[in-house]
Amino acid sequence: MADQSRIRNFCIIAHIDHGKSTLADRLLERTGLLSERAHQEQVLDSMELERERGITIKASAVRLTYRARDGQDYELNLIDTPGHVDFSYEVSRSLAACEGALLVVDAVQGVEAQTVANATLAAAANLEIIPVINKIDLGSANPDRAAQEIEDMVALPADDALRISAKEGIGTQEVLEAVVGRIPPPGGDREAPLRALIFDSHFDPYRGVIAYVRVREGALEPGMRILLMSSGTSFEVSEVGVFELGLKPVPRLEAGDVGYVCASMKNVQDTRVGDTITGAERPAAEPLPGYRPVKPMVFCGFYPSESDDYPALKEALEKLQLNDAALSFEAETSQALGFGFRCGFLGLLHMDIVQERLEREFQLNLVATAPSVVYRVTTTKGEVTDMDNPARLPEEQFIRSIEEPYVLATVMAPAEHVGPCLELAQERRGVYRNLEYSHTNRVVITYELPLAEILLDFFDNLKSRTRGYASFDYEFIGYRLGDLVKLNVLINHDPVDALCFITHRSRAQARARQLVERLRAVLPRQMFAVHIQAALGSRIIAAEKLQALRKDVTAKCYGGDITRKRKLLEKQKAGKKRMKQVGRMEIPQEAFMSVLRVEEMR
Amino acid sequence: MAQAAPAPGPGPGAGLYLHIPFCWRKCPYCDFVSVPLAGQDAAGYLQALEAEMALRAPEAPTLASVYVGGGTPTVLPGGMLPGVLAAVRQHFRLAPEAEVTVEANPGTISRRGLEALRKAGANRLSLGVQSFQDATLRTLGRVHNAAAGLAAAAAARQAGFANLSLDLIFGTPGEGEQEWRRTLEAALGLRPEHISAYGLSYEPGTPFHAACGRGELQPAGEELEVRLYQAAGELLEAAGYRHYEISNYALPGRESRHNLNYWRGGDYLGLGMAAHSYLGGIRWGNVTTLAEYRARLAAGAPPVRMAERLSCERRREEMLMTGLRLAEGVALDRLPCGLEQDLAEVYGKRIDELAQAGLLERPAGSIRLSPRGQLVADHVIRVLTGAGGLA
Repeated sequence: MADQSRIRNFCIIAHIDHGKSTLADRLLERTGLLSERAHQEQVLDSMELERERGITIKASAVRLTYRARDGQDYELNLIDTPGHVDFSYEVSRSLAACEGALLVVDAVQGVEAQTVANATLAAAANLEIIPVINKIDLGSANPDRAAQEIEDMVALPADDALRISAKEGIGTQEVLEAVVGRIPPPGGDREAPLRALIFDSHFDPYRGVIAYVRVREGALEPGMRILLMSSGTSFEVSEVGVFELGLKPVPRLEAGDVGYVCASMKNVQDTRVGDTITGAERPAAEPLPGYRPVKPMVFCGFYPSESDDYPALKEALEKLQLNDAALSFEAETSQALGFGFRCGFLGLLHMDIVQERLEREFQLNLVATAPSVVYRVTTTKGEVTDMDNPARLPEEQFIRSIEEPYVLATVMAPAEHVGPCLELAQERRGVYRNLEYSHTNRVVITYELPLAEILLDFFDNLKSRTRGYASFDYEFIGYRLGDLVKLNVLINHDPVDALCFITHRSRAQARARQLVERLRAVLPRQMFAVHIQAALGSRIIAAEKLQALRKDVTAKCYGGDITRKRKLLEKQKAGKKRMKQVGRMEIPQEAFMSVLRVEEMR
Repeated sequence: MAQAAPAPGPGPGAGLYLHIPFCWRKCPYCDFVSVPLAGQDAAGYLQALEAEMALRAPEAPTLASVYVGGGTPTVLPGGMLPGVLAAVRQHFRLAPEAEVTVEANPGTISRRGLEALRKAGANRLSLGVQSFQDATLRTLGRVHNAAAGLAAAAAARQAGFANLSLDLIFGTPGEGEQEWRRTLEAALGLRPEHISAYGLSYEPGTPFHAACGRGELQPAGEELEVRLYQAAGELLEAAGYRHYEISNYALPGRESRHNLNYWRGGDYLGLGMAAHSYLGGIRWGNVTTLAEYRARLAAGAPPVRMAERLSCERRREEMLMTGLRLAEGVALDRLPCGLEQDLAEVYGKRIDELAQAGLLERPAGSIRLSPRGQLVADHVIRVLTGAGGLA
């Protein structure tokens, strides 16, 4: 492998849509790995879903060979990082595999919440951060302002920030030169006992798990026995290699290198992101710092629309888990929905992605219950339990206290929108922490917020109250006591466990009212009247009635109407895929989500 | 609905529909493809229509019915409409007793014009009187009043139309059951062979739909609509009319053969802008603008906007959708491709549930809507085809 002085390991970090993937493509093209013509948009985002959403979900890496202006060839390992707050731990591990980072900032939008969050992570990992101001070709670009914001809000000198347009290919070479010139080469003793950081992995049906690693010390080669330090499992290495556009085997990976390891590892649970690989014969004394097991933050129930699909759902979840260590699931039974699974996710995006993949790749029709955080419940007997399903919360008289997870939320917005941002945080039971103005008339607001309050519609609300100008990021900070109660929902006097939810006592009445109104709007009318009630314990605090269907018939149905009517029928059939029959009612997916979407009623 | 109506079976034979997309002005509830006649080149359109006839005639079957609809075909300047019928006879083979219907609106017809239509082969007239209440006609934005409706019916009889149908609308805002009964009685006074009674619907894109959304129009409401629907059944059936389709009533033997063919899933050819066809298992629809329609035909190309070959399943759903509108119902063994075993089970279960709920009846080998089921026909069809809802 190359001399350490000719290696650079770096990543690109940015707020969503600031041009991270486009810049990566330019670097690939410029170093000849990718011809401009053959390239599919944004190569590093390989999953179809990733491309559609424009968000990187999995980290991935690629090795570029670049002949710099000094005439030397350099080996540049570009590690892509996930672009969403759900995956911030994965981001931190990707950063830990690098010596430097390109911080891409949109010249029109300026610094946003994710810019700050990512830069903070990069600084914590002691990376050399190179500010890159992108999209300077746009008419509304203001690179000076972006530079000022980088100094004000990221606290990085931005005099020498690169000014580029990844889309137009302006400044690509300067970026590569900066990577070579400003990012330090990796160090690490090649003779020391092996320590390699796992920063990602993927499951290959033929070879098992392929772990993506950064070798810190020592060397890795086929035939060697390795030990995963946190799980304590041991494997024999069958292949090591580097990332080009595919996987390219090499004889050996050494300290400073980025590459992959195959060792017949059967599941991603064995190769946790952040774990350290060492040699079984000559193990290192200490693992690399920073490992923590991933913990799902958000839970929901997945139920097949047709109960016959239960085994297929189980199989599909098992398959997804092969490739997604953060996904957890266990069987659960709901009185209303029958057999399903309680699934745990890193966040809502993660949940959305899993649901979409189950539907798309496995053709399952699912109903998802409203996502819930994990409540920590102390019973009157002094037992402490983590409760990931509101339906299983004990009756009030058996509860001594309930704690809920809190996050530290960072909101960035133009100063004129500060009022609505504070208002929203306040409405969501936020605890004010800080407010800071930049020289460019933007504010950074920090609040402590219950995680439950930002599920689903917080960001949408924030955007609509700031005409789209606010950005948002958060991190988990711990559990806090809360005056929380469980609201039960009854349909035709039967409690529907899958609709119950936990809310703050002060908001119970208002949310109960909004919820029954919303349910009345989304539940399909039946041949009989439907009573919708919300109750605190046994006390009904809000009720609505959905009138029985009396007349529902198309007046005219002739030649052209037939096609139209049949298409409507087909549309309704497709909509029915996300419905679940509960007693004498069909409950659409929307109903389960109304538990959290009550805000939209306003 | 009367159960003794025409024998269940395939359509009476292929039909031909001709679309004349012109009106004096557009009614605020109408969502048909039509434009005001003023400033339009009607002759140019008819030329294109005849070009389409020539294009389609070679593959067309013998026609059991012809229906000229719109729009208001009778707004065409004198002589043009008989010309269209003459062209039909020139290009197509008509069965000896073929039913030839022309749609007309009061205020657009004279006795002489009607006689010319008779002479050109029209033997059935469908009159859009809608109501015999002046206030209702004004709300509906019609160009005529009640007296004009009566006069039009009289003129049709004088011109020799022995098969007359009246279109009526119920549930117009501001109208109660009493006014609707008066309209029905006035209609019965004319003893038409056929009456269509449509509940007013608020179709997206119409001024009525918008006004309803803004709260400026107050729809009748389900309870009143049910009473009005039932009043029509009661009065018309007592007068000897058979309720043979959800919105249609006829004296025995005077059912619209052309429309029966739609509901029974028969073949039909639709010509003109926005017209739809179903022939030999293929459904197609024509382009929906005048300019495009004419341009395509001027270039000798079929003016088709969309076409699809219907799968068995879709065909079956359509047959249920349209066939259940008929009093005779749907013969299960006549459904396209039959019902495979597993499907028969699925449908069988749904049919049982709907029958138990009192929405479907099951005379030997077929299904039909119960009187209660008629009021919620769309719901029944959704349940039956698995598109949603519970019996």
